[in-house]
Amino acid sequence: MKKRFLVYSAFIIVLYLIITLLMKIGIIDDYIKLNLFLIMLNIILAVSLNLINGITGQFSLGHAGFMAIGAYTTAVLATLEKPVPFYLTVLIGGILAMICGLIIGLPVLRLRGDYLAIATLGFGEIIRVIIQNIDYLGGASGISDIPQGIDWTGYFVFTVLSVVVILNIINSSFGRAMIAIREDEIAAEAMGINTTLYKVLAFMIGAFFAGVAGSIYSGSFGFIQPDMFNFFKSIDILVIVVLGGLGSISGSIISAIVLTIISALLQDYPAVRMVLYSLILIIIMLFRPQGLMGTKEIRLSKLIPIGGEKNA
Amino acid sequence: MSTLIQQLINGITLGSIYALISLGYTMVYGIIKLINFAHGDIFMVGAYIAFLSVTYLKLGLIPSLLISMIFCSVLGILIEKLAYKPLRNSPRIAALITAIGVSLLLENLMQIIMGADSRVFPRLVAEKNYHLFQGRIVVNNKQIYLLVITVLLMIILNFIVKKTKIGKAMRAVSQDMDAARLMGINVDTTISYTFAIGSALAAAAGVLVGLYYNTINPLMGVLPGLKAFIAAVFGGIGIIPGAMLGGFSLGIIETLVSGYGSSMYKDAVAFALLILILIIKPSGLLGKNIKEKV
Repeated sequence: MKKRFLVYSAFIIVLYLIITLLMKIGIIDDYIKLNLFLIMLNIILAVSLNLINGITGQFSLGHAGFMAIGAYTTAVLATLEKPVPFYLTVLIGGILAMICGLIIGLPVLRLRGDYLAIATLGFGEIIRVIIQNIDYLGGASGISDIPQGIDWTGYFVFTVLSVVVILNIINSSFGRAMIAIREDEIAAEAMGINTTLYKVLAFMIGAFFAGVAGSIYSGSFGFIQPDMFNFFKSIDILVIVVLGGLGSISGSIISAIVLTIISALLQDYPAVRMVLYSLILIIIMLFRPQGLMGTKEIRLSKLIPIGGEKNA
Repeated sequence: MSTLIQQLINGITLGSIYALISLGYTMVYGIIKLINFAHGDIFMVGAYIAFLSVTYLKLGLIPSLLISMIFCSVLGILIEKLAYKPLRNSPRIAALITAIGVSLLLENLMQIIMGADSRVFPRLVAEKNYHLFQGRIVVNNKQIYLLVITVLLMIILNFIVKKTKIGKAMRAVSQDMDAARLMGINVDTTISYTFAIGSALAAAAGVLVGLYYNTINPLMGVLPGLKAFIAAVFGGIGIIPGAMLGGFSLGIIETLVSGYGSSMYKDAVAFALLILILIIKPSGLLGKNIKEKV
């Protein structure tokens, strides 16, 4: 167990050092760096949505709404006359999103399947419409000139943290309960699992990280607008999760990387990109509805032969 | 008082559009329990087909309406055969994701083919305003066209569902698909007919919206599609009179919200209404509660 922890930490540190080095010597230029940021944002968003949609099996379509809450929190707090420190705004943004997750989750999570999807979609849109109608938040034109508060190191730390936290939740007894709910909600309830508690919990944690991603976004790109967080943004995240596999965290990470690169290449042809996304959704559902990875995970410890794995 | 009546007239006009679209949602949901996300985009395609036939074939309102309805029926059947039929036995979420995919596909293909900008829908009827009650209430002749065509289509639909053989088959399949199959009903054909009729109604709504607002664009189906779904849930999804009731109610509520509150909030109110209905009475106004079985 200890050895595994060391291997993972070493891998993460080496990855960080390599990319930092590549930035220093200029192989990773500003354009690649920008896309690297987008990849990491998408990883946070996809992994957190996967906790709700894939692990707990509660199909949510309102992730962009939570992202909007985080983004606007940071935008407001960082542009005050006495700006709040950036990392504090991220925390506040995450917590506000989490509270909204609780408020929305409690009533809505009683619904199932496609009804839940529509209700969360509705909530995401309500959040967007409300933001759009508050003049203080810049209305439809949004907020610009948000001071930049995050660099590559911050991005990396947040991404690693969110993946590690969510992986730990999944591997704990909480995660077992969530998976049980996904497999059969009625059976899980019969086994004494408080299904409402775990569903709302998954929803809140997912919302928290979506809020964090939104905060990071506005703290690094400096400009936000309500339309950035509409229904299509939620679909974007959904495509990543579905392609990677509902229930596979490593699948979400891989597909976040692949799809962000594809959409960067298709940047000049947004309609083509969306046609591609829609075809991905349809084809995946027709031929491999569980996604590329299903619920399987790629484990580093399986790729690198290390001892002491038997009891892990 | 006269403003209220004016609002009600506008609301009924808007509501008739919602009702037309939500009939398709309700019929499809009643039979295969699928929220056909692409339905709103069929509405958009319908508007574009009519736009093309008016602009290039120089046809009038009724012929363009018919062409667009026929085209969209075929499109609806095609979508069902290619995208939904293979998924009939998979989890409902898989079908829902596919439907979202089809919706995005239609929107973006249309953007590639026709461009992303809005287009002006040709004026097919000369505009005329009728002033009633000493000019305090204004009724547009386009509103009358809209209402007449909607009511006519609803009567035809009612006739098909209640009196024809295929309508009988549709009702049987929505009751119990397996039992209907055992009784010798061709379920696949029935589903195709359902999609065809639903899509034709959506196409008609698209043409009427083009006629009424004079402008169409590739994303015009998204919001009315969602609203029509809300209307279907409001009245009780799967129930045809429920869809009409829901459509008209939603149209009136929305117009009242924009009239007396802020038009910016009308979408939020529609979604809030959906969530309230789902929480308080998930089976809708006209629906009956069914207990879930293990």
